[in-house]
Amino acid sequence: MIKEDKSRVTFNLNGTPQTVFASQIRRFSDVLREDLGLKGTKVGCDAGDCGACTILINGEQRYACLTATGQLEGCDVRTVEGLSKNGELTSLQHSFLEEGAAQCGICTPGMLMAAQSLLDQVPHPSEDQVLEALSGVLCRCTGYTKIVKAVINSGQKQTSISSPDAGNAVGSRMVKVDGQKKLTGEELFGADKAPEDSLWLRTIRSPYARARFSLINTEKVLKKYSGLVKVLTADDVPGNNGFGIYPHIKDQPVLAKDHVRFRGEAVAALVGDRESVESVSEEDLNLTWQPLEPVRGLDNALAGNLDPVQSEFPDNTLSRGFVKKCDVEKGFSESHTVAEGIWTTSAIEHGYIEPEAGFANRIGDRLEIFVCTQTPYMDQSEVAQVLGIDKHQVRIIPSAVGGGFGGKLDMSVQPLVAVASWVLNRPVKCVYTRPESLASTTKRHPVRIRAKAGCSSEGKLTAFEFHGDFNTGAYASWGPTVADRVPIHCTGPYFVPKMLSETKALFTNESPSGAFRGFGTPQAAIAHEALMDTLAEKICMDPLDFRIKNALRKGDHTNTGQLLENSVGQVECLEALKSRWVEWRKAAEEYNQQSAVIKRGVGSGSVWYGCGNTSMSNPSTIQVGINGQGKVTLYNGAMDIGQGANTVMVQICADALGIPASQFDLVMGDTDLTADAGKTSASRQTFVSGKASQLAGECLRAKIIQLAEVSDRATIHIEGEKLIAKDETGEHLIILSDILPQENGDVLTGEGTFDPPTTPLDENRQGSPYATYGFGAQIAEVEVDTSLGTTKVLRIAAAHDVGKTINPTQVEGQIHGGIAQGLGLALMEEYIQEVSENLHDYLMPTVGDMPSIEVILIEDPEPFGPYGAKGIGEHALIPTAPAILGGIKHATGVAIHHLPATPDRVFSEIQQAGNNNANA
Amino acid sequence: MMLNYYRPDNLNDGLVALSENSWTLLAGGTDFYPARVGKHLNEKVMDLTGIRELRSIRETEDQIYIGALTTWTDIVNANLPAAFEGLRKASKTIGGVQTQNAGTICGNICNASPAADSVPNLMALDAKVQLMSVKETRMLPLEEFILGNRKTARKSDEFVTGLIIPHPGKDARGNFEKLGSRAFLVISIAMVGVVAELNESEEIENLNVAVGACSAVSQRLYLLEKEAKGQKLQDLEIKPLHLENLEPIDDIRGTAAYRNAVIPELVMRAVKGVL
Repeated sequence: MIKEDKSRVTFNLNGTPQTVFASQIRRFSDVLREDLGLKGTKVGCDAGDCGACTILINGEQRYACLTATGQLEGCDVRTVEGLSKNGELTSLQHSFLEEGAAQCGICTPGMLMAAQSLLDQVPHPSEDQVLEALSGVLCRCTGYTKIVKAVINSGQKQTSISSPDAGNAVGSRMVKVDGQKKLTGEELFGADKAPEDSLWLRTIRSPYARARFSLINTEKVLKKYSGLVKVLTADDVPGNNGFGIYPHIKDQPVLAKDHVRFRGEAVAALVGDRESVESVSEEDLNLTWQPLEPVRGLDNALAGNLDPVQSEFPDNTLSRGFVKKCDVEKGFSESHTVAEGIWTTSAIEHGYIEPEAGFANRIGDRLEIFVCTQTPYMDQSEVAQVLGIDKHQVRIIPSAVGGGFGGKLDMSVQPLVAVASWVLNRPVKCVYTRPESLASTTKRHPVRIRAKAGCSSEGKLTAFEFHGDFNTGAYASWGPTVADRVPIHCTGPYFVPKMLSETKALFTNESPSGAFRGFGTPQAAIAHEALMDTLAEKICMDPLDFRIKNALRKGDHTNTGQLLENSVGQVECLEALKSRWVEWRKAAEEYNQQSAVIKRGVGSGSVWYGCGNTSMSNPSTIQVGINGQGKVTLYNGAMDIGQGANTVMVQICADALGIPASQFDLVMGDTDLTADAGKTSASRQTFVSGKASQLAGECLRAKIIQLAEVSDRATIHIEGEKLIAKDETGEHLIILSDILPQENGDVLTGEGTFDPPTTPLDENRQGSPYATYGFGAQIAEVEVDTSLGTTKVLRIAAAHDVGKTINPTQVEGQIHGGIAQGLGLALMEEYIQEVSENLHDYLMPTVGDMPSIEVILIEDPEPFGPYGAKGIGEHALIPTAPAILGGIKHATGVAIHHLPATPDRVFSEIQQAGNNNANA
Repeated sequence: MMLNYYRPDNLNDGLVALSENSWTLLAGGTDFYPARVGKHLNEKVMDLTGIRELRSIRETEDQIYIGALTTWTDIVNANLPAAFEGLRKASKTIGGVQTQNAGTICGNICNASPAADSVPNLMALDAKVQLMSVKETRMLPLEEFILGNRKTARKSDEFVTGLIIPHPGKDARGNFEKLGSRAFLVISIAMVGVVAELNESEEIENLNVAVGACSAVSQRLYLLEKEAKGQKLQDLEIKPLHLENLEPIDDIRGTAAYRNAVIPELVMRAVKGVL
């Protein structure tokens, strides 16, 4: 019998019989999430590329997004919600929590299910078995290291998770405050929540890099689809139809008017029921396009023979940056040896597994937006100006964020759902598809760098010159920031007496380039580290010794003339790697003696990176309160995007206040409930907001001390409404419920604000742009198959000066994840419009691509930082690609100048070097 | 009434429905859904996964039958002769385990991607494709079944019901070499499937080689196969003439020049790897 379109499908779901009435062709992931309300199964691509939707069907791991609901008839289905029983984590989940295997948590349900399918068969698996079992799930945060370890260790006897005592939170391996819900599927990401009656929004985007267009008649399509409520166009934007992160550059339209500047630009938005908005075709819309010749690539942008991308910038130059220290020409004339080169890199996608998603809901004259974001406060102002309302009329309620890495610093769905909800007075939800996310959101800047360095015969750097052209795409986004940060950092963490650096951010008709972990410095590091290798080689010095000799030390002046007084652990980082370096290099060279085709090599990379905004105020304010019932709440505006800011802020505040971290409740990022703690960017949250959190805790403690009339050394215990402060004179009781509460119920509060001290840069860009810098170095051993050009990274040792480790598990996690992204940058990642708009053509490292990683933490305390801490988020990524490329050079003798070092590029370089040798 | 989804539980019902209407055929879904991201699904789909009889591997004296719905995992777990080692290896590299648990072997050949990892192996095994309609059953060599990029000889009223593979010689061994830019979940830059018989003195008695992702359809290297006969394995040399039927292109995964340059090495590794 032929079945009806919509019909009953019965299966066993997490041990209970379940019947759904649904179209049987629908993806089962969709039915699980939308019909059964089980949001634990995540959707990252709908194409079987990311694995976030992995579930078990009859015990086998399957992609729910590739499974027709009709195929489930009679099956046994297990989802993440079926793992833990009665709130008790399984040993696998427990192991994930303890190891810190979940950062943002968006891949976690898929990872858990993939691992479970293995553990059901093999309770004590080998590492290879684990790698194979997890091969179909991508993670962008963790570098997989802790995930693999968590699965291997899951069979071991579990100890209960302990929480640090009062005063001992900082420095402890406290588990993430939101760890548990990321393991049970309860965590709510951008796509996981919306009012029942929400309309769906789907954006119509340009298929052309540059075109004029017209959208004349929307009445026809509205008539054809009864469920379609509105076709939004540029004319519907009530306020300014433009956004951008700089106060004076709001150049990207919410919806383009007449003219598009990149493939993927939004031109209209369909709002209605989901089936209708997804059914509308391009033909239905009567869109007519007049394609124009696009400005593609840096050469095109510089040549100026096409109309400029933005007419206000006739030479396509969005911004320039530079730093000038003494006379660089003189420096080169005094050099014994000079090295130079040109390097290019590709556009790189952030690749968070959670596509952008959220909803807006107009409530009277206010608008609430639930969205995945790295910057709720900036979103608030941006949305307000797009709607033409006061920013206090906008409330941003951040969802859990399934990875950001800089990509969720720009707005995506926010202005679209905001306009739709404001205009229609209905809740409106939008979830980007993966191709849409790839096509429409920012990328890491592709760059062309020309750089030159000189040194003395003893190997002391004498001069450094750097020119970087950054392809900033069609709209400004963070282009000026990149052009600004790179000239300061472009020498690497070395003392250079004379230097000149210049950068340009150039508009093209390509994806807007924005913020991506390191703001251009990972690209610059490829050049400065290659130059260090070449100089060392030329003067016959060991490359690591060369770096140690030139490393910045306390008392040195940086490129901008800033005196480094404290927390300069670069030499310690390099020294910590020295014995491994010598041993690995020797082992590789010995290996190569007996291996003709497979060659091994070891390279190194170094990093320094300023924490916080460049020569700009960027304060954070954190608040803490105790209510009448003794509940302690941290009001934390420092967005956690998986990196662990929420946990770090609690650890710091707990020790400052002097109570156990486990007593804290947390409110995060809600603009109505927290103070502005700035953006989660520039490796600033631990350093800046962490300091604010410390000050908030100390502020509250001081109030308690005063109220209880006890000494500074008093211990504080909170038991329900009783607060007991105890010092040498005895116990002093405060009855919290006796104190008049403020509006939110808190009776005692503390607040801390910290703005890292910087100075403006002068006409040569001299000054102190950052209050502190993080330092680090990594070495990588690689194996190159010289007959095929393939590279495998075997092991990496990473030493980073973090000032003070607030949470070792999280710092390691940042370093592992940074290394994974650095490895992708070095070897495989290249975003090409139209071609790589999915996650099987855009390649990111899988669990099988990771080397073994050893982390060495150096703690040279930063006096401004909380308990001496500074940032690590971006630092972890920056040295990886240079170390890998150095390894390829050590292995094969060839220097890769065009990234990524894909097999065809490495092979071609090896061939060419072979030919050159043959001709010589 | 317009019926959009039909999941027959036996071959005959499916064939009858297929003779009456045109349907998009769905099996493992690993190609169907990725092609429809963000779109409302409203086409007529016949889901073949209910036809259990098509998910089996049967061995007789002179041939091996692999049912159309046999998954990659089924192949990995099956006790197939050593000549199938290349196919088995390929099955373990197709997507993640999730894809291997769902994706079907005939779905792969019907999708007819130039980079389909099963195809060079099946070509090296001299696989024939069994097609069935209500009117007839016919067999086509795999090389005649796949006509081009995403193009096959399947008529709209036909199912591919399985593959028939002549029993390889008892000494035949298979192997597979895949070249990609990452460890897992990778679409091949190039790949080679081999079935070879060597005697005790490592002389090649019989060699079947096919190369994938270097032309619209995987290609057997017949000239090489012919010349290899009787040669010692270590003397085997791959000459440009052997690769003349390959037409690699520049794409995101690699340049044509690169493919041309590394194919001989891949072929050599695949052949030597049978030992």
